Amino acid sequence: MDTSEKTDVVLVACGSFNPITNMHLRLFELAKDYMNGTGKYRVIKGIISPVGDAYKKKGLIPAHHRVIMAELATKSSHWVEVDTWESLQKEWVETVKVLRHHQEKLAPGNCDYSQSSPVLERPGRKRKWAEHRQNSSQKKPLEPNPKGMPRVKLLCGADLLESFHVPNLWKSEDITQIVAEYGLICVTRAGSDAQKFIYESDVLWKHQSNIHLVNEWITNDISSTKIRRALRRGQSIRYLVPDLVQEYIEKHNLYSSQSEDRNAGVVLAPLQRNTAEAKQSNSTA
Amino acid sequence: MKSRIPVVLLACGSFNPITNMHLRLFEVARDHLHQTGMYQVVQGIISPVNDKYGKKDLVASHHRVAMVRLALQTSDWIRVDPWESEQAQWIETVKVLRHHRSELLSSLPQMEDQDPRTAPSAPAAVPELKLLCGADVLKTFQTPNLWEDAHIQEIVEKFGLVCVSRSGHDPKGYILDSPILRHFQHNIHLAREPVQNEISATYIRRALSQGQSVKYLLPDAVIAYIKEHSLYTKDGSCKGQGTQRSKGKTS
Repeated sequence: MDTSEKTDVVLVACGSFNPITNMHLRLFELAKDYMNGTGKYRVIKGIISPVGDAYKKKGLIPAHHRVIMAELATKSSHWVEVDTWESLQKEWVETVKVLRHHQEKLAPGNCDYSQSSPVLERPGRKRKWAEHRQNSSQKKPLEPNPKGMPRVKLLCGADLLESFHVPNLWKSEDITQIVAEYGLICVTRAGSDAQKFIYESDVLWKHQSNIHLVNEWITNDISSTKIRRALRRGQSIRYLVPDLVQEYIEKHNLYSSQSEDRNAGVVLAPLQRNTAEAKQSNSTA
Repeated sequence: MKSRIPVVLLACGSFNPITNMHLRLFEVARDHLHQTGMYQVVQGIISPVNDKYGKKDLVASHHRVAMVRLALQTSDWIRVDPWESEQAQWIETVKVLRHHRSELLSSLPQMEDQDPRTAPSAPAAVPELKLLCGADVLKTFQTPNLWEDAHIQEIVEKFGLVCVSRSGHDPKGYILDSPILRHFQHNIHLAREPVQNEISATYIRRALSQGQSVKYLLPDAVIAYIKEHSLYTKDGSCKGQGTQRSKGKTS
């Protein structure tokens, strides 16, 4: 199949990246190899979209640090970059809206691959920040296929897929839109659990052709939670995260018992929002 | 206050190629020993095995040494030692340990390094050399004819073992199953790696031969080297043999 018949794909990964780890970075590599290997797709770009502080997850440190760490982590990548749009929004943004934002950016007219999201302004940090941004704009993602528009797809691990079940975490119409209009690439160790999950959901089942399960043969359990725990205990995180990220964390002493207590007792933004909206629609019924 | 015993960790193996998991062994082992309050890890040594070991798909040792060197460029405490790989034949692990221990003894700081005006402090303690390995290696002690019993004993009695857990292995069980290991279990330190990270070199080699990405599983500099020298490719040039020597002093 020649290139022009393939669908160009942009992988978008949403998450806390608190901090980013080698496991997150592997997701992109595995997904790209898989999608390209089907012969039907051509992965042209990867986007890491760290969640905004308004998400209010426990232990979430300020977005600008998480963004910088992701940038440091992807410095050596030719095709994966960091986007700050989501993290700069004042309110928490639903994942489907992030996907929509990126899909719209790709539309002809808006289509400018060197266009990057607004620079994060912060007194005293601007110069350092600009340096980071400069480096990342040297990436050369593949030129898009002139025939078709690139399609944005959500890249995730099995945990995100399974989180669809958590009450009030996701709006069901959002889940539907994600799998119907965009598509999901889920990297998972235990493929059969994810398959079962899809089988048991009418919506996921209906759009299963748009859900790609990628097997991760190596058990690679480098979760951010474990990284933060190791740091609190004075244990080494070398070789679990890129060296530049480890150095940045150490230099700024980012993670401690204090940082882990951030947002303690605060309700997660999506739960807050979806519960409030449910109450609202109930009371107006 | 009792001062800590200085320790040097030695890891033997194919390192074919070296991966982030190998590097993690050192970090986990060091943290574990420090946690006991009894030890201070002062150095790590990676000793790639000799080509004559004869393991399948083993690429030439000068490549394996070069890759380890690249991987350790950013480490301030671990170094590669090519001695084992440069010998005329394969060497038993216990002999590698003996070699490195005598090197350590002969490199102890001399008394004249100390400031003569201060009261002479106690002579620098000789670091204890310990073998660092994954739990899978501990299991191989049971394989008939792979290790000599006398060597196993010498390793655990005279040196000591730091064994990092690996999924699917039960190091405590292996120790209990072996009279020698049971007897010297005080000299066997079991370190737990809380982050499961099963990056086997076998997997890496297979992924490379299939043209798949191994980025973030091993250091970028090692990946670049592998590509530059066409190691681990499908067409069998995986030996990387020939008269080509890598630049530098690794021969």
